[in-house]
Amino acid sequence: MSDHNYTPKSKFGKWFNDRLPLLSLANHLTDYPTPKNLNYWWTFGGILTFCLITQIVTGLTLAMHYIAHADMAFDSVEHIMRDVNYGWLIRYIHSNGASMFFLAVYIHIFRSLFYGSYKAPREIIWILGIIIYLLMMAAAFMGYVLPWGQMSFWGATVITNLFSAIPLVGEGIVTWLWGGYSVDNPTLTRFFTLHYLIPFLILGLVVLHIWALHVPGNNNPVGIDIKKPSKDTVPFHPYIVIKDTFALLMFMIIFAFFVFYSPNVLGHADNYIEANPMVTPAHIVPEWYLLPFYAILRSVPDKLLGVIAMLSAILILAALPWLDTSKIRSAVFRPLYRQFYWILVLDVLVLGYVGAMPAEGLYLLIARVATAYYFAHFLIILPLLGFKEKTLPLPFSISDPVLGGSANLSMAKSDKKEG
Amino acid sequence: MKSYIRYLKLYLKMSEKKVKRRDFIFTATYAVGAVGVAVTVWPLVDQMNPDASVKALASTEVDVSSVEPGKTITVLWRGKPVFIKRRTQNEIDEARSVRMEDLPDPEKDEDRAKNPEWLVMLGVCTHLGCVPLNDKGDYNGWFCPCHGSHYDTSGRIRKGPAPTNMSIPNYEFLENNIIKIG
Repeated sequence: MSDHNYTPKSKFGKWFNDRLPLLSLANHLTDYPTPKNLNYWWTFGGILTFCLITQIVTGLTLAMHYIAHADMAFDSVEHIMRDVNYGWLIRYIHSNGASMFFLAVYIHIFRSLFYGSYKAPREIIWILGIIIYLLMMAAAFMGYVLPWGQMSFWGATVITNLFSAIPLVGEGIVTWLWGGYSVDNPTLTRFFTLHYLIPFLILGLVVLHIWALHVPGNNNPVGIDIKKPSKDTVPFHPYIVIKDTFALLMFMIIFAFFVFYSPNVLGHADNYIEANPMVTPAHIVPEWYLLPFYAILRSVPDKLLGVIAMLSAILILAALPWLDTSKIRSAVFRPLYRQFYWILVLDVLVLGYVGAMPAEGLYLLIARVATAYYFAHFLIILPLLGFKEKTLPLPFSISDPVLGGSANLSMAKSDKKEG
Repeated sequence: MKSYIRYLKLYLKMSEKKVKRRDFIFTATYAVGAVGVAVTVWPLVDQMNPDASVKALASTEVDVSSVEPGKTITVLWRGKPVFIKRRTQNEIDEARSVRMEDLPDPEKDEDRAKNPEWLVMLGVCTHLGCVPLNDKGDYNGWFCPCHGSHYDTSGRIRKGPAPTNMSIPNYEFLENNIIKIG
C-alpha cells in the first residue's frame, strides 16, 4: 500500500491514529499514486460506487413502504408510486438505477477487456469483479420479482426452472427454492430477504476489490508497469477525484434523463399487470442487461446444455487472465486483438438484440452463430493470439512518448537502448 | 552413553505415539464439529422447503360436467395450472396413432389418459415452466410461447427445447363428473 509512513499533525489525531489508523487510511486514499494518463474509461469505478450507494439508500427507503406478500406486493408498489411522498421518485431512481448500474458495469468490464486490466498482477481484482457482477445479476433478478407483476412472476418461474435442468436433484432444488410447488408467497418473501442482503455483500466485495486494486495500483491506457510514485503518477486527490466527479456528473445527467423523462422505457409494460399463475405473457423477456445470456440459453436446443452454456458464458470470464496468453496488456499495442475486441463488442450487442426477439427462424440462427463466436473468442482466438500476434513496441514510461522528444514509439525504445 | 541413546529412542517412540494420539483427537474433533455444524445448518436449509400449509393444499376436486368435447378447462392445483381436456375422437385417434419412434420422450397415450376422453395434465411446459397455449402449435395440441415447444394432443413433446412430456398428476374420477387431483 502506501510507501511512506504518515503521522497526523494534531495531537488528538496522533492519539487516535495510534489506536485506529483511520487517518493513515484516509491519507493513503488521498495520496494514492495514480497513472497520470488515466482516461475517462477509468472513471466508472467511482460511478459504480455511486450506483451501489444510490441503490442501497433508495432500497432502504422503499423497504419502509413495500410489503413482501403475494396478495399485497403489487398494490404496495402502486401505493409507493401514488401515495408515499416522493415515492414515485425514489422507486424510479431505484428501478432505473439498476439499469444505470449495469450500464456502468458493462463499460467498466469492457474497459478492462480493452486495456488488459485483468492480467497479472491484477487477476484477483478481476475475479472479485466477476463475483460482484454475478451478485449484481442475482440482486437485479430478485428485485425485479418484488413488484409481483406478470414479468416478475414469469421471469422468476423461468429463471428458477433453470435449476430443474440439473440431473436427479434438479426438481428437488426448484421446489426448495420456491418453498412450494410453484412461484408463490414463500418465494416472494425469501427473494425480498436476499434482495436486501446481497447489496451489502457487494459492498463488502467492493472493499476487497479496491483493496486488491491498491496493492499493484491502477493499470493505465498504455498498459505498462510504472514506478509509484514517480513522474508518471499523480496523487488521487485532487487529480482523479475531480476527474471522477466530472464524469459522475455527466453520468447523472443520463441517469436523470431516464428517471424524469422516460422512467419506464427500460422496463416492460406487462409488469404493470399483477402476477397471474394461469396465464403466461406471450413473450417473456428479461431486463435488457441479461439479454445476451438469455440469447445464449435459448440458442442451445437442449435444456441442460442450454443452462450450462449460459453459465459458462459468465464463468469463462473468470478464467480470462489465463485464457489470454499475450503478455502485452493494452490493446493499443495489439493490432489484431484490437480488431477482435470490437468484433466481440458487436457480438455481445447482437446477442442482446436477438435475446429480445422471438427464438425462431433467422433470429435463432443469428443467436447460434453469435453464441459460437462468443465462446470461440475466449477459447480459441485469445489463447492463439498471444503466440501469433506481432505486437507494437511498448514505450518505457508513460511520459516517454510525450516528453522523450521522439516522433514515434519505436524510436523512443531505440533511443533508450542507445542511451 | 548407551542407556542415554536407549532413553532417547524411547522418548522419540513415545513422542511419535503422542503425535498420533493427538492426530486422532484432532480428526475426531473435526468430525464431531462437522456433524454438529451440519445438524445446526439443516433446519436453516430445510425451512425453505414447502411448509405444512403449502402441503395441506395438495388436492383439488373439479366438476367437469359442463366441459364440451374439444374444450379445455384450466384449474389451479398447488399454484400450478392443470389442463383438463375433453378430447374429440379425432384428437384421441391422432394421439394414439403416433409411432413411438417419432417421440422425443416415448410414452403411450393409453398410459397418459386412462379414460381416453379426458386428458388431465399439468399445464406447465417442461422446459422452463411457462403455461403453454391450447390448440396451438404444429401438432394441434399445445404450444409454449416462451421458447417454442410444441406438444401433441396427448401433451407429449414433439418439437422444441422441452425435454419431456407435460406431466400427468395423480388424479381419480370420484363420480362421473368429479375429478380429484392430487
